[in-house]
Amino acid sequence: MRSEIILRMEGISKSFPGVRALHNVDFVLRRGEIHALMGENGAGKSTLIKILNGVYEKDAGRIILEGRPVHFKSPQDAQNMGIGTVFQEIALCPNLTVADNMFIGRSRDAVVRWKQMNEKTAEMLNSLGIPASPTQELASCSLAVQQMIAIARAVDMDCKILILDEPTSSLDEDETKKLFALMRELKSRGVGIIFITHFIDEVYEISDTITVLRNGELIGEYETAALSQIELISKMMGKALSDVAAIKKHELSQSDASVPVFAAKDLSSTAGVRPFDFTIHEGEVNGFAGLLGSGRSESVRAFFAADKVTSGEVKIKGKRAKIRTPLDAMKQGIGYLPEDRKAEGIIGELSVRDNIILALQVMKGFFKPLSRKQAEEFANQYIQLLGIKTPSIDTPIKSLSGGNQQKVILARWLLTHPMYLILDEPTRGIDVGTKVEIQKLILKLAEDGMSLTFISSEIDEMLRVCSRLIVMKDREIVGELRGANLTEQNVMHMIAQGG
Amino acid sequence: MSLLKVRFNRWSHLFLPLSVLVILLLINLIKGVDYFKITMVNGVFYGNIPNILFGAAELVILSIGMTLVTAAACGQDISIGESGAISSAIFVQYVLNAGEVTIWTILAGFLLSCVAGMLIGAFNGTLVSYFNVQPMVATLILFLGGRSIAFIIDGKVSPILANPISNQIGTFIPGVPIQTPIILTVVFIVLVAVVLKTTNLRLYVEAVGVNPSAARLNGINPKKIIFLTFLIMGVCSAVAGFLAVNKAGRHDSVNLLKFIMMDAILAVALGGNSLAGGKFSITGSIIGAYTIEVLNRTLLRLEVNPEAIKAFKAVFIIILMVIASPVVRAFARKLLDKAKTIVTGDSVRQTGALDEAVVSMTDSSGKEE
Repeated sequence: MRSEIILRMEGISKSFPGVRALHNVDFVLRRGEIHALMGENGAGKSTLIKILNGVYEKDAGRIILEGRPVHFKSPQDAQNMGIGTVFQEIALCPNLTVADNMFIGRSRDAVVRWKQMNEKTAEMLNSLGIPASPTQELASCSLAVQQMIAIARAVDMDCKILILDEPTSSLDEDETKKLFALMRELKSRGVGIIFITHFIDEVYEISDTITVLRNGELIGEYETAALSQIELISKMMGKALSDVAAIKKHELSQSDASVPVFAAKDLSSTAGVRPFDFTIHEGEVNGFAGLLGSGRSESVRAFFAADKVTSGEVKIKGKRAKIRTPLDAMKQGIGYLPEDRKAEGIIGELSVRDNIILALQVMKGFFKPLSRKQAEEFANQYIQLLGIKTPSIDTPIKSLSGGNQQKVILARWLLTHPMYLILDEPTRGIDVGTKVEIQKLILKLAEDGMSLTFISSEIDEMLRVCSRLIVMKDREIVGELRGANLTEQNVMHMIAQGG
Repeated sequence: MSLLKVRFNRWSHLFLPLSVLVILLLINLIKGVDYFKITMVNGVFYGNIPNILFGAAELVILSIGMTLVTAAACGQDISIGESGAISSAIFVQYVLNAGEVTIWTILAGFLLSCVAGMLIGAFNGTLVSYFNVQPMVATLILFLGGRSIAFIIDGKVSPILANPISNQIGTFIPGVPIQTPIILTVVFIVLVAVVLKTTNLRLYVEAVGVNPSAARLNGINPKKIIFLTFLIMGVCSAVAGFLAVNKAGRHDSVNLLKFIMMDAILAVALGGNSLAGGKFSITGSIIGAYTIEVLNRTLLRLEVNPEAIKAFKAVFIIILMVIASPVVRAFARKLLDKAKTIVTGDSVRQTGALDEAVVSMTDSSGKEE
């Protein structure tokens, strides 16, 4: 039985300069429904949510709330119409009390009625079964309780639609259970809940309906019970780039018996990946497959000591090596292109030249600067080699396009001539042509003897380039695929069944 | 054309300080044509220009350190005057207790005060880099307590530094036509230039200031670099204190280098540097420092009432900052562009080039807003 529709979004489109974030997307939410919104990075989930809660204005389409077309000019607008949002990062004030947080910014009176406020809060917390006291400081509550208080605040403001954007990403299992109990309580009260998460199991535990987006387009709406995990994963990953000319993959020539270039045992880091083993041989290209949040990035970051390593040992060509800082890793011949290009890759205001020579320069040392001429030579050489499009080598890197920025970061690492290069999502957010160029480059480098680890959200891409895939789910390695077993089907099965 | 453009971009950050300096000099010229006149008294050059170079010596040195701290730590050191007062107090005590004063006593005292300056820098730097205290809050400690420490070191009110060598450092050396503080400033600037040329200080500091996470993943330790800039700031404070005390001939722990951090921060901003850190231009800051000195002297020359000088200075700075703001500059460039289009008719290429110039200029200073 399907209950009455409270929200209908029709033909929503939204573009940002140079990117089409959403194209003609429909979305329907019913009363008392928990609706999971699924999609990989860049699928358009957050854009859709931000249009719904008034952060962005849509370019085209309509929003119909309880049968009436509405138009939100601001987040406040959306809130007043009963759309509450609870973000992944809790947007409350930790140094105020629970009751303060429930009422902050809502009172129209100049005078605060403390007693009344505390009573109302206590009532609310009680009815939702949230274990907190109104006068307690928010910071003293656990993350889950803080999350619940944020939800309670939204509910108390008469919300009909509650958006939960990755509410469980910082919660443990027990806390997640409590949150789910709260969600079920709200569902029984007739609140429509939009739930975004990267944990597939949670979707199946709590949601009634799933809507899948991919590359800004609607793939479809499904009843959770009628959609298998494997179908869901295949819909999320999709088939991209299938028309691209086939790239000849370099098969593993060495046997596993040879000494690996890099080997890690029982490695773990503060980023929270369960201790794992890993080896890579000369000229090998392997990859970490898994959905976002599966721990694929966190694993490779541990190789480079990008997060603090908490346990395990590393061997470089059979010899034990201490890698405590990124510089240690660089000196052992490891390069790392981080997932988040903007936050951790580029030095935005600095020139293309400085960005290219940075890693090499740091390896050479503080007292041995490259001469200007030498730096320019290196920069020009790699600009030509990788076909980087830039007005000049003095142009700040931030004014280049995403693909060219990524090539600059690639150039930075290639210039250090690493033995083992880790590329985390080197092709994200860049155009198809550059993607293929980077894929070809990876295979060329492997042919010349470099070892590479390549991570991508697009499974097709990894299958084309990698000769071995390590499959991860929920921060744990669930299996490994190579040779003839290396198919999309197998990867998805492994993710669906593993863990 | 493109080479010219590149060159223009490379020097565009100096547009602000230089144009301000030129405006001020013009005002002075209008007031009296003899502004640039230099006279020789007792074999030493005197006149407005030598006076400016002489008067701005401490500020120039401090603004160099301030530029580095600002770039790396994305905040300012407000204890530089106090730091200079403490280190120069140590210098004075060393010299007074040394008995006979030779050039070696002065040198040893100077080096001792530099070590003291570095210790102060290390204290501030540790708070900022390892304990993540906001630079202004961390340096507030010594800003408040520093002068008391200097006073305790002095032991009595304003010890007098009366020896011929100090006098020569503070004024001039017989037979040398340029006043000693001017020469020492130039030596210091050359030293800084050599350090920038022979090390990666610039690259590291800029990388840390722009994006510490990315810098870390490229093997730079952001904490160490921020700490280092505070150490350098400490040395700059010690050198400035040394110059100030030799100029004054006595150590006045209450007034020595008082409130000079405000002028140093202003010099950094006038130099086209973003106070939010990142890319920096020491040349700009140096020009900025001299500009402030010119401004001070211009107001005196215009016979502004001494009590009202600060208010005039404030008004003048507001006007400068508005004129130099990216908003006004973009508007001016648009007008200029239109004028050029009318004159040459060659609009397409010009527009492209100028737009890029505007973008790069707003980029470099847009953070201040």
